[in-house]
Amino acid sequence: MPQPTRRRRGAAPWVRALAAGATGLTLCVTMLSSSAPAGAESTPGVTSNSINIGATVPLTGPAAPGYSEIAPAMNALFAAVNAHGGINGRKIHYTYLDDGYNPANTATLTRKLVLQNNVFADVGSLGTPTQSAVQSFLNTQKVPQLFIESGCNCWNNSKYPLSLGWQPPYTVDGKILGAYIKANFAGKKIGYLYQADEFGQDVVKGLDMEIPQSSVVSRQSYDVATLAGPLSNQMSALKAAGAQVVVLATIPAATALAMLPAAVATYFPQYVIDAVGADPPTVGPLLESFAQKGGASAAQVSAAAGLLNGVITNTYLPPENATSNPWIQDTQKLLQQYAPSLWAKSGLDGNTEYGVALAYTFVQALQKAGKNLTRQSLMNAINSEGKSFVTPGLVPLSYSSSNHFGYEGDQIVKLSTSAPPAVTPTGSWIGGTTVGPVYATSAGSGPIKKYTGPTSTPPKGLTKIS
Amino acid sequence: MTGLAGRTRTLRLHRQPLLRHLACALVAGAILYWVTDHLSAYNDYQVGEIASYVVVLVGLSLLTGSSGQFSLGNGAFMAVGAYTMALFMTHTGTNFILELAAAAGVAAVVGVLLGIPATRLSGPYLAGMTLLFALAVPSIADKWPATFGGDQGLTVAPPTAPGSLSAEQWLTDIQIIGALVVMVLVANLMWSRYGRAFRAVRDDEIAASLAGIHVARTKVMAFAISAACAGLGGALLSLSTGVVNTGAFPLTLSISLLAAMVIGGAGTLIGMVWGGILLVYMPQWSTSLSSDFNLGTGAAAYLATIIFGGVLILAMLAAPNGIQGFLRWLWVYGRSRLRERRRPTAPLAAAAGD
Repeated sequence: MPQPTRRRRGAAPWVRALAAGATGLTLCVTMLSSSAPAGAESTPGVTSNSINIGATVPLTGPAAPGYSEIAPAMNALFAAVNAHGGINGRKIHYTYLDDGYNPANTATLTRKLVLQNNVFADVGSLGTPTQSAVQSFLNTQKVPQLFIESGCNCWNNSKYPLSLGWQPPYTVDGKILGAYIKANFAGKKIGYLYQADEFGQDVVKGLDMEIPQSSVVSRQSYDVATLAGPLSNQMSALKAAGAQVVVLATIPAATALAMLPAAVATYFPQYVIDAVGADPPTVGPLLESFAQKGGASAAQVSAAAGLLNGVITNTYLPPENATSNPWIQDTQKLLQQYAPSLWAKSGLDGNTEYGVALAYTFVQALQKAGKNLTRQSLMNAINSEGKSFVTPGLVPLSYSSSNHFGYEGDQIVKLSTSAPPAVTPTGSWIGGTTVGPVYATSAGSGPIKKYTGPTSTPPKGLTKIS
Repeated sequence: MTGLAGRTRTLRLHRQPLLRHLACALVAGAILYWVTDHLSAYNDYQVGEIASYVVVLVGLSLLTGSSGQFSLGNGAFMAVGAYTMALFMTHTGTNFILELAAAAGVAAVVGVLLGIPATRLSGPYLAGMTLLFALAVPSIADKWPATFGGDQGLTVAPPTAPGSLSAEQWLTDIQIIGALVVMVLVANLMWSRYGRAFRAVRDDEIAASLAGIHVARTKVMAFAISAACAGLGGALLSLSTGVVNTGAFPLTLSISLLAAMVIGGAGTLIGMVWGGILLVYMPQWSTSLSSDFNLGTGAAAYLATIIFGGVLILAMLAAPNGIQGFLRWLWVYGRSRLRERRRPTAPLAAAAGD
């Protein structure tokens, strides 16, 4: 009797499970059967008429506002290069994928770029946690990880010779801002508000090298993962401690979320803000929109961006309101011609300027690497000739076989209503004037020196490079 | 004679879930090894990711499908497992298997701690508590950067590949073995008296306790097993990334896990393979979809969430038991239709005969 009963139930469950498993596998194989392109050439991603490069950047998620403009701006320069025949006859194909600032996505997408898209190099990928996640993989695969968009001190690691930073290490920013504070706000009470991660801590490390510890009255921090509302507690603590100078090592949103509650509490210290969170065309709109969301009156909203008046910050590229600077003029022309939609949306702000300058650094490296382009010849070109690349940077790049940092210098900028405004499609924002000389220093304990070398000018229009 | 012998062997295998599951796992393992041997390095990598997610999902399937509990915190258990393995690798460098076991073990202990208060909660309250856990774990790791490596995180690496095996394939093989081992263990558990206890508690707590089942202990146990699976899966997945940092375990991960589990088929094991495939391929599909339709740079990420939500709603409407439930229904329905067509006598006579 039990026999027929079982037979009527059909095959034993394990047979069914196996069948289901087999179906699944077949499906998997069919889906995965798109095989990787055959890398017949000696150098992956390079042919006689093309160079295939890639990057992972945040196009969505918390880090996307502002930063999502960088890769499209880079692509504008590559489009201009390609329109004039490419570098040594090779056109640049740039694939940038959205990792949403999540290191797990970065890991997967970087493998896709390297193992499937066969990229020659990873150029202009953004973020400390994201790029840390793939540093070992890229170096093991011998793929250059060039011009990482982060000022982490961690890129200068002899274990990873193919990983290069580009913007100044955050400690360099901190040292130069700290030296300015020591010289100009002597005897004043100083407070910090920093992001509780690599970025904030590295800036503070630099500040502490210069500012006497006795004058630092309060150190506040915030967690970027839970950054959702005004940083009122931190600002009232700074106010209670009597800080007359407040240094912010904050991302743009946090800058706005710190300055607004302070203003509401009629606390107006002298702000010193690291370049990361002080770009007026980025921070200005945030100040206005947060003020509006916070229920401020129309008059208060329109005054919100004015809080940036008098702020001290730093820069390593020409300020975007320096419209007589040939780099700025060229960058504007380039974006207008080769990225019209980006130009209509963002114009020339800190992010688009950054993207074009970074892409131009890569183009220089390709030119110097010569006709026989290999990963090794590219790295050799950067390490031996990087110091003489002509870029918009205020100091020359400092690449060498033992130094993986790009710019190691800054100039102080004072934002002021009397300076020419920075005009973008989102409005007209407070501009900055440079103060004092350009300073150069190292991320370590090295001294801060005045940079006395020549200022660079674009050899010929950025729109006409080949 | 031979027919009889064959029947007894089937019978024995039917009565021995362990042997049966082992046999299935061995066959699947052999096929998967062959498959990974023929795939490109990148596809191998993705198969490994799927396998790691399957480990996590199997635990969640057991928790929700069998014991009727609910967790929005399994992404955080993944973080617990991944950090445990990373800390062991950084500080002691013991045996790799032990490191993986520690990842599962520590996650299980945390699961017990979280499971004890959870026995007093159900429905939205339980969801709220596990949600809090998912939010708290990354913040805890961020608070002590010296221990947990801060933003950069802690690096992890699988042991070096034996023989001529490529690093990618070796990693994939490790992850597949992990998934198969966990599936065999959980399959046996579901067939055992513990599995029956889980289902009894899920269906009616009072009836279960009248039948002599310790309801609270059973619930905590399900929680701990689910946490152990998530811990091991998180550790395996972090081997793919190469780094353990908090950014990889956002709240959305826990929610996606739950959605993938439901779409795959809550309570099933094979269904979790579908869930894993969805988790790995959904972002990719939506990216290509949004570029095909020229939806602009930002659309891809949102599209993935929208599609996930859409598929979830569709699954609830059309196949409430998920993909696996749907396939099972197709199998049963198809067979019954086939048998009916083959039956030589008229259906009326058959009905009368019955």
